[in-house]
Amino acid sequence: MTTPRSKAKPSLTKSATGIAGFDEMTGGGLPQGRTTLLVGGPGSGKTIFALQFLAHGALAGADPGIFVAFEESPKRIVANCAGFGWNLAHLQQEKLFFLDAQPTPLLIQSGNFDLGGMLAVLGAKVDAMKVRRIVFDALDIVLSLLPDPAAKRREIYRLHEWLLARGITAIITSKDDGDETGATSIQPFGFMQFMVDCAVMLNHRMSLGVSERNLRVQKYRGSPFDENEAPFVISNEGFDVAISRMSRRVGLKAANERVTSGVKRLDTMLDGGYYRGATVLITGLPGTAKTTLSGAFAEAACRRRERTLFVSFDSDGVEVMRNLTSVGIQLARHAKSGLLRMISGRTITGSAETLLVLIKKLAREHKARCLVIDPVSTLSKFGNELTAHRVAERLIDWSKSEGITLLCTSLLDEMSGQAAGSGSLHISTLADTWIHLNYLVQAGERNRGMSIIKSRGTAHSNQVRELILSNEGVTLADIYTASGEVLMGTLRWEKERAEHVANDTAAIAAKLKLLTLDAQEAVLEVRVKSLQTELMAKQVEKTLLKQTSESRQGELKRGRKRIRELRGADDAPSHGRN
Amino acid sequence: MSRHGSFKFRLYVADDTLNSVQAVANLTAFCHTYLQDRHEIEVIDVFREPLRALADNILMTPMLIRFAPLPLRRIVGTLSQTQILLQALGIEDAGS
Repeated sequence: MTTPRSKAKPSLTKSATGIAGFDEMTGGGLPQGRTTLLVGGPGSGKTIFALQFLAHGALAGADPGIFVAFEESPKRIVANCAGFGWNLAHLQQEKLFFLDAQPTPLLIQSGNFDLGGMLAVLGAKVDAMKVRRIVFDALDIVLSLLPDPAAKRREIYRLHEWLLARGITAIITSKDDGDETGATSIQPFGFMQFMVDCAVMLNHRMSLGVSERNLRVQKYRGSPFDENEAPFVISNEGFDVAISRMSRRVGLKAANERVTSGVKRLDTMLDGGYYRGATVLITGLPGTAKTTLSGAFAEAACRRRERTLFVSFDSDGVEVMRNLTSVGIQLARHAKSGLLRMISGRTITGSAETLLVLIKKLAREHKARCLVIDPVSTLSKFGNELTAHRVAERLIDWSKSEGITLLCTSLLDEMSGQAAGSGSLHISTLADTWIHLNYLVQAGERNRGMSIIKSRGTAHSNQVRELILSNEGVTLADIYTASGEVLMGTLRWEKERAEHVANDTAAIAAKLKLLTLDAQEAVLEVRVKSLQTELMAKQVEKTLLKQTSESRQGELKRGRKRIRELRGADDAPSHGRN
Repeated sequence: MSRHGSFKFRLYVADDTLNSVQAVANLTAFCHTYLQDRHEIEVIDVFREPLRALADNILMTPMLIRFAPLPLRRIVGTLSQTQILLQALGIEDAGS
């Protein structure tokens, strides 16, 4: 594994150590054909580091190796490292040779001596096995037998020359005085640090009663490297160095896929749910239903047939499942089918780093696509807060790089308000979606309110909703704001009732009005009809009247004519009558 | 070298380095003085016979191993200090 930077310099090739994180820190491992000094206090993990380097070479790269044990018998080393799964016993047959170089206690010394014997023996082995890697574990032991600093220096030179001549990648481990700067103050090793091409310091210290291991690359000739101190843990797979965030983020793809939160209205508020691979933070006081929301998310994930890991630090996994049943979240069957894995974090002890390594390992084992950590604020319980913060940061980086949708809850204590809502871990800035839950105590009631403080890349609601837990599940309700006051719970219910009644009354009133209008309309219609009838009667009367008068006039005319006929009168000129 | 051979030594040396050359000379002189006709010396060069050195667990050179009389005794260095050698090998100094 090489970085682009080291590709530009083909002169310096590197030997992978197989140590998670360390190869990334150094851009590929230790300098090939050169010597690396590994300095650390007692129990800092020097032997394991060195042995992992050899085992990796023998297993993966097929580089045979030699382990020169000055301090412990090879048998004990192999037995102690049996748990790491490196299969040392098998490798020992042809790929790995242990040289027992413990000084004999009964050794009598008379005059000067050198390490020529050891180098002769090793030289023969190197040639026979075609050795590419070698470890001198606890070289300080043998150097301490040498009478004076000049002799020590001479032997270090001899060893160095011997290694360079053969082009073997070597690790020399050595104790330091316990304090960090001690290694440089001891004369021969101070000198050695200048001589070697790469120096790595391991330290193991206690921080507030919690063990903390750190690794630092002090120098690396001819290659850029991560200069910061990096925490590491020794797990059952060997070393695991926690590397800084940027190095693994390369090539990260952002998903557009949404996953449901398990609460329908919350999805609506988030414009479709969380993003796949996003980090969701749920903060709130104790009892604000953080676990319930986590459970809803986990159940929804299991329904999609996605493997889910639920790490609960507060209560036992079985208890969590039982408790969530009361709000209609059924996790037990998913746990039974193997989709869901519940982890009770209370049984885990160790530093925040250890927790992270464990969570990562469990998630890998379970092939989890969704991960719930309830609450992530537990991390700050172990050791100092700065470490916990870094761990939380790396947890998020890791879950993103793995494409795991991560939901963390974070407990806020009573004292810290929403302003300090990020909690001690300050992960709120890293989280993609931050949902805050709080209580509203009002009119003798405590009700849960939920709001989305942020949600990157999604249109999200600005509304505060009331979170209602019932045995049918989790629902969200609108809250009422009346004259600047937020109404929840019974007050909201009352307000709803009042509105309901008002609506009913209005509906009835409208109905009544309609009826009245109908009646009035009917009356008017009747009146219209009677008037029409009257009108018709009048018209008939009028017609009759006309007819009568016409016939009378006709009669009169005919009558006059008849009289004239009877009188035999002639027609008088009309003007004559005037 | 000796008919009686009550002292059997094996001296591991590393080529002709200064320490090794001195050790051979010192041992020869010591035996000549204190163990006249009572010793056998085998000199082994670790570079020529590394597997024997491995078998005898030789890390530092020069290394003297006393095989007889038992128990085994290992002395490292140029063997320059006669008093230490006398004590280590359990030889009484006839001169004192």
